[in-house]
Amino acid sequence: MLRAPTIDSGGRVSTIIAIEGLTKKFGNLTALNDVHLNVEASELLGLLGPNGAGKTTLISILATILPSTSGGASVCGHDVHREQHAVRKCIGIVFQDPSLDDELTGRENLDFHGRLYGMDAGARLIRVEDVLRLVDLSDRGNDLVKTYSGGMRRRLEIARGLMHHPRVLFLDEPTLGLDPQTRRKIWDYIRALRDTFRMTIVLTTHYMDEADQLCTRIAIMDRGEIVALDTPDGLKARMGGDVLELEMTGAHQEFLEGLCRMQEVEDMAVEDEKLILTVVNAESFIPKAFQAAQEQEIQIRSVSMRKPNLEDVFIKLTGREIRDESAPDAKTRMRIYMGRKRR
Amino acid sequence: MNFGAAVYTLWLREMRRFLRNRSRLVGSMAMPALFLLVLGSGFGGFFRYRNDVSYIQFIGPGIIAMSLLFSSMFGGLNLLWDKQFGFFKEILVAPVSRMGIMAGKTLGTVTTSMIKGSVFLVGLMVAGLVRLEVFGLLLALVFMFLISAAFVSLGIAFASRMNDPQGFQLVMSFLIMPVFFLSGTLYPTEGLPLWLWTLTYLNPLTYGVDGLRFALGSAYNLSPLVNLAVIAAFWAVTTIAGSLLFRRMTA
Repeated sequence: MLRAPTIDSGGRVSTIIAIEGLTKKFGNLTALNDVHLNVEASELLGLLGPNGAGKTTLISILATILPSTSGGASVCGHDVHREQHAVRKCIGIVFQDPSLDDELTGRENLDFHGRLYGMDAGARLIRVEDVLRLVDLSDRGNDLVKTYSGGMRRRLEIARGLMHHPRVLFLDEPTLGLDPQTRRKIWDYIRALRDTFRMTIVLTTHYMDEADQLCTRIAIMDRGEIVALDTPDGLKARMGGDVLELEMTGAHQEFLEGLCRMQEVEDMAVEDEKLILTVVNAESFIPKAFQAAQEQEIQIRSVSMRKPNLEDVFIKLTGREIRDESAPDAKTRMRIYMGRKRR
Repeated sequence: MNFGAAVYTLWLREMRRFLRNRSRLVGSMAMPALFLLVLGSGFGGFFRYRNDVSYIQFIGPGIIAMSLLFSSMFGGLNLLWDKQFGFFKEILVAPVSRMGIMAGKTLGTVTTSMIKGSVFLVGLMVAGLVRLEVFGLLLALVFMFLISAAFVSLGIAFASRMNDPQGFQLVMSFLIMPVFFLSGTLYPTEGLPLWLWTLTYLNPLTYGVDGLRFALGSAYNLSPLVNLAVIAAFWAVTTIAGSLLFRRMTA
């Protein structure tokens, strides 16, 4: 059974989403495996993971459009199985795939939504203008949606998700397939929602930078499980050092194993001719690495050092890389994971 | 949200789309119009039924039914397009009962079908091919409603089990066309080979066409009460089937 929501000192429910042991199976495939997660009010939580990690499945269950196999969840204090209508009233959702009526205008789409959510005519009139202004679409509101660009459609969908004043907004891959400029604009709207209206937002993404820049907390998902849950900085701090990238020729197994044994090395991965290391004390490690390379006649062509990013965290946690399959210029890279050292 | 408001919302959307797409309106009426004018005139010369019914008078009520059949079944196709374009998800995630959605969708499509059917009815009236009598015209509207509502539900029932609009083409070929051809619209049912006679009278649309013929003063075979009972029963069955299947539909 679900735990009762925690109540803060002001008497408000501070845990707005509670997920307890949620499991979803599609035949033999386990899309979600015993997921536990609590989301606090006015958090901006990111579900980060590769395609097929279970992000959309999780959101669909929370939004009551998919039943779970076992376990339960509540949103705004309402059970997602037994109190579907109450949950639906308190959430807004922007789906991954487009879900607008092309043959209606922007305003008509919003008006339709307002009617479905039981808003009266006066409230609808005011609210349609409010949300259109919020996403800068006031001047295009009377145009048919089929004349909109991809970014405008996305903005209209976000506006629609806000029509009925939801307390929780779900955004499933809100910037998928949009150009960088439009993505940045959508990020601004999302930030504004949280900052101005203290809205709780749960978004899924497989873009590392999106999660990093937007979210107050990130749940990294892989194969139906949450493998880590922390703030972006907290996650990066888990790497326990800086990331060092060495480009070299002629590296062999023996050399790599030698490096792996050095105490500064936390973590190691090989990508083509590039060696990616997480090291605690780069200053003392670099000379040692060069010395070892020289002894074994390996040529190091370049060295670069940077702070760890979420991609590094993901690789450390799962041994794999999140790859953006939809980006046309994404290089198909192969990283060979070298095993993890723990102290 | 109350049931009535949901029905009205879905109905309103159908109306807006209908009024916006006049070209589609004309397109969907082209086929029945072609049948009426070409067949009606083509066979007119050597067809005289029961001494005083011309061929165009004979098929006129059936052409109204044909137009209803086509546009009503295509309501199911619209549902599949909504699914394809994702709009269906927006409806399913709203705090609205499934039955409200189904009823609104049905009523919307019935309204647009009745408008198209009425265009033919008015055309026949203007051409002097139907009997102008208040009771008859009201009865015709009742039959038109029942035919339309029954086939809208049937279309929704089929659409509920399908995923893409392309598949609906099959329904078109294997269901809509046979139902029309076997409805006794184009030929009298006396002296038919037994197999054809059987298929014709197993077809619920036959009773709708015969009922319309009675109401509009053309040559009919069965008592209007029998026709009304059969088509109403068919409506009840498709509505129950459509509702049950629609309820299980996912986005």
